[in-house]
Amino acid sequence: MSLALFYVAGVITLGGALAVVMTRNIVYAAFGLLASLIGVAGLFLLAFAEFLALVQILIYGGAIVVVILFTLMLTRIEDFERLTDNAQWPAAIAAAAALFGLLAAAVLLTDTPAAEPQAVDFETVGKTLFVDWAVPFEIASLVLLVALIGAVVMVRSNGDRR
Amino acid sequence: MTLADAAIYSLAALGLLAFLSVTVLLLTWLERKALARIQMRMGPMRVGFHGALQPLADAMKLIAKEDILPSWADRRIYWLAPLAVFVPAFLLWVTIPVAQDVVIRNLDLGLFYIAAVSVLSVLGLVMAGWGSANKYAIIGGLRAAGQMLSYEIPFIMAILAVAMLAQSLNLRDIVDGQSGAAYALVQPLGLFLFLTAGLAELGRTPFDIHHAESEVVGGPFVEYSGAHWAIFFLAEYVNTFTIAVLTALLFLGGWRWPTMPFDGAAHAALSVLWLLAKAYAVILVIFWIRGTYPRLRIDQLMAFGWKFLVPLSFLNIVITGVVTFYGWPLWTLTLLSAAILAASYALIRYHAGAGRKRTSVTVRQASDLRASGGARR
Repeated sequence: MSLALFYVAGVITLGGALAVVMTRNIVYAAFGLLASLIGVAGLFLLAFAEFLALVQILIYGGAIVVVILFTLMLTRIEDFERLTDNAQWPAAIAAAAALFGLLAAAVLLTDTPAAEPQAVDFETVGKTLFVDWAVPFEIASLVLLVALIGAVVMVRSNGDRR
Repeated sequence: MTLADAAIYSLAALGLLAFLSVTVLLLTWLERKALARIQMRMGPMRVGFHGALQPLADAMKLIAKEDILPSWADRRIYWLAPLAVFVPAFLLWVTIPVAQDVVIRNLDLGLFYIAAVSVLSVLGLVMAGWGSANKYAIIGGLRAAGQMLSYEIPFIMAILAVAMLAQSLNLRDIVDGQSGAAYALVQPLGLFLFLTAGLAELGRTPFDIHHAESEVVGGPFVEYSGAHWAIFFLAEYVNTFTIAVLTALLFLGGWRWPTMPFDGAAHAALSVLWLLAKAYAVILVIFWIRGTYPRLRIDQLMAFGWKFLVPLSFLNIVITGVVTFYGWPLWTLTLLSAAILAASYALIRYHAGAGRKRTSVTVRQASDLRASGGARR
């Protein structure tokens, strides 16, 4: 049962990812990304990481894809319609292959735990995140703050110094 | 999962669908009657007793109506959008309990699940807006996206403060935690934040700018008709009901508070009614707000969300955190929360008063102008 569900989630993830790369309509690409991210949430669920799956849906499925669509709608769709090919595809293949090799090597060289995967209750997740690894967590939020300030600086035009 | 489990779950889903559909029919009638009462009209009176069968007639009309596809529309996205709005609205009910044991699946991460899944319905509105290839619809979709992303923050923060009090994200535990006192008494500020942000998430008056008839005609739904429009409509009312039930569960004590003097089967049966009575009270308040408040402008809406609700929701988290961390008695939190709520109310009144003074000056200048013009004439 869970193996069948794993394949379903995998097909959704990969199919969505392929749609992102192959489609010529940039809005379809955004929806393909959504399908792919939700497929990943399904994979998390199958790995007993309920909390991570919900975070995936909340952050990526909800917020990020909506923001992407928001910006797409503010641009003119017609500008992208004539976009048939991307000159950077050989570099993209090389980068994707390199990343795949790295991940595959990491997975193959690590000893997989023999025990059945088990659910980690979110209290443990919270304690680990906010007590044991509080400083790295806060540094991650600092990165977001920098991005936020950067966006404000970029939006302000030079003549508009108040 | 065996075949029997699958059968039980599909039966539960069908039962839920039937329950929600009947609720929606009831709500449309209730809303029209309540609004009519506020405006000193009779409301629907023709079909059935005091128009009680009007929703059925409306539903039949909607289903029989022609489904129109605009020629420029993006066919796939246009037809998928109603589903993308309805499915999350329906999925939320997987973990919402209506009594101690009446729930499809009691999730430990229940509240977080609700926060995560409710975000997804924005996508449907954006899809509808873009797929319709209509300027009003696109503007409406953009407004919906901006509004819902902004109000998601105070909404989730208000939920979080409740979870901090109950020390759990499980909806059943949260209701159990209120057997002493409903969280509305402990966190009046939280109730205000949740209900206000909830109204904005629903896109109901005064936050209904994304389908404001006077500005964007019908927003993302302009082009829809017939059964597909009906699905949007259904989802909207299901969401309204969801927010009302959540308010009853999170703040009004669910079926626990005030304690009922019954036990056993009578308690189980009455607790559903107890919760529904509270939920319908909240719904009447929502309709009442719709009948009395004008619609916000989009800049007012954004300013209210980011400059008022977001800081208040952070403040709510901070005071809840301090009180629970130091183990102070809960009435200190009540006092703090009520004081902040009163102070922010005073602040708003002060600002509104300042605005009104400015307006009255311009009115006087205008009347001066008219007077001088009259003299010249």
